[in-house]
Amino acid sequence: MQALTTRAKQVDRKPMTLAEKIYLPAIFKGMAITFSHIFKKKATISYPEQKRPFSPVFRGLHVLNRDAEGRENCTACGLCAVACPAEAITMEAAERQPGEEHLYREEKYAAKYEINMLRCIFCGLCEEACPKDAIYLSETFAPSNYNRASFIYGKEELVIPHPKENPDAYKKALGNRAKKN
Amino acid sequence: MLLTIDWLLIIEKLVLIVVVVLVALGIAMYSTWAERKVAAVMQDRKGPTRAGPFGLLQPVADGIKLFFKEEIIPNTSNKFLFVLGPMLAMMTAMLTSAVIPWGNKIELFGRTIDLQIADVNIGILFIFGVVSLGVYGIMIGGWASNNKFSLMAAIRGASQMISYELAMGIAIIALMFITGTLSLKGIVEQQMNHTWNIIYQPIGFLVFFVCALAECNRTPFDLPEAENELNFGYHQEYSSMKLGFYLFAEYINMFISGVVMATLFFGGYDLPFLNEATLSPNIAALIGVLALFGKAIFFVLVFMWIRWTIPRFRYDQLMNLGWKGLLPLALVNMLVTAAVVLWLNK
Repeated sequence: MQALTTRAKQVDRKPMTLAEKIYLPAIFKGMAITFSHIFKKKATISYPEQKRPFSPVFRGLHVLNRDAEGRENCTACGLCAVACPAEAITMEAAERQPGEEHLYREEKYAAKYEINMLRCIFCGLCEEACPKDAIYLSETFAPSNYNRASFIYGKEELVIPHPKENPDAYKKALGNRAKKN
Repeated sequence: MLLTIDWLLIIEKLVLIVVVVLVALGIAMYSTWAERKVAAVMQDRKGPTRAGPFGLLQPVADGIKLFFKEEIIPNTSNKFLFVLGPMLAMMTAMLTSAVIPWGNKIELFGRTIDLQIADVNIGILFIFGVVSLGVYGIMIGGWASNNKFSLMAAIRGASQMISYELAMGIAIIALMFITGTLSLKGIVEQQMNHTWNIIYQPIGFLVFFVCALAECNRTPFDLPEAENELNFGYHQEYSSMKLGFYLFAEYINMFISGVVMATLFFGGYDLPFLNEATLSPNIAALIGVLALFGKAIFFVLVFMWIRWTIPRFRYDQLMNLGWKGLLPLALVNMLVTAAVVLWLNK
């Protein structure tokens, strides 16, 4: 009969030899193998202290970006919410009042912007849909929590720190994925 | 009548009992930690590291957790036997420590204190008797749980114990031909003056070691608590500290069998190449106790090393090995030893 694959092997049904019957040689061989593992490098990463590096295309938590003067990019156009396959994004638009030019880059802005991190599938389509480079996915992931409500991230959690008032935190939050503006 | 009793002797023995029990419990606690560490390093992991330095407080945390867990007694179980099971397991595990010579004599407050709770002249028979009682803990626990898996595990445990105790006993008989005494103290003293018994009885030791693994229900003979086929076996229905007692009893049994192996075959509290007569008796006794503990802990580590290396025997393989392998080997060993002893004494 023709074998279906080239990897098929005949099963060995020979009776055990004496060395196999007394088990001891095989057991000592196994014990030597486990002993040698004592000196091998440990695969463990002690998580909160050590973190494994993410790949450059990793899609983590969302960040709402500001421009170089610290004005929010988002104009509440709603394209991200339309693009979102999980329907995780909701927003409410508001008109910029005179005197708020230093806060918002254009005449319209998002007064409320919420992402439900339990619904989000981290596909990155919101980032692709955004015409203003206002939203992008960072390299951190959502931390665990005790209740569902705390997984709905509002503007406090999402908007990046101010680049002038808090430059270090801004740089850290910006990461490597944001388009340079 | 009361005045003739040596009250100090009773106090001295009571203190010794308390110390031995506490030390055995401490060793059992840290055996759980060592087991997890051994498993970890053999699988390229780190094991417990969070509770205290090197995870040393992990057994304390586990103990507290077990005490605070909900105590569940299944309503179809036999409650009296269900509670009795872990008690018996723990008690038989502890009882064996009574006849083990932990060290030589020490001098304290002008008294010479023997570091042995009872120097019975049938010490080995006592250990055998108590160890075979240990199966009652498993049997009663498995039966009282009123659960098919537990009962199956209990039956497996009982038949395994019976099969392996035979070969173990015959290995010891061969040893008795050489030592001529059943007192553990006597055996240790003989080994201090001559060489260790492992030189005369290597096959006897091999048989004894394999049987000790089976008696302690350790891998590759852990069929009574086979995790993946019997769902933890006889202690499946147990929770809280009753489960803890079963687990503790297993580790105490391991430690005690390590001590017994060290006593019978590896010179007990004898440290080789050291003349105890040149030291003060207290220091010599201390060194002896440490040597015995070192040997016992080495055996416990070997038990763990074996556990994390090889898989479990199938049930028919277990019986084949016991009845067709170890028992004839022990019998031949006994006959050859007897012949050689007879020929030398002629």
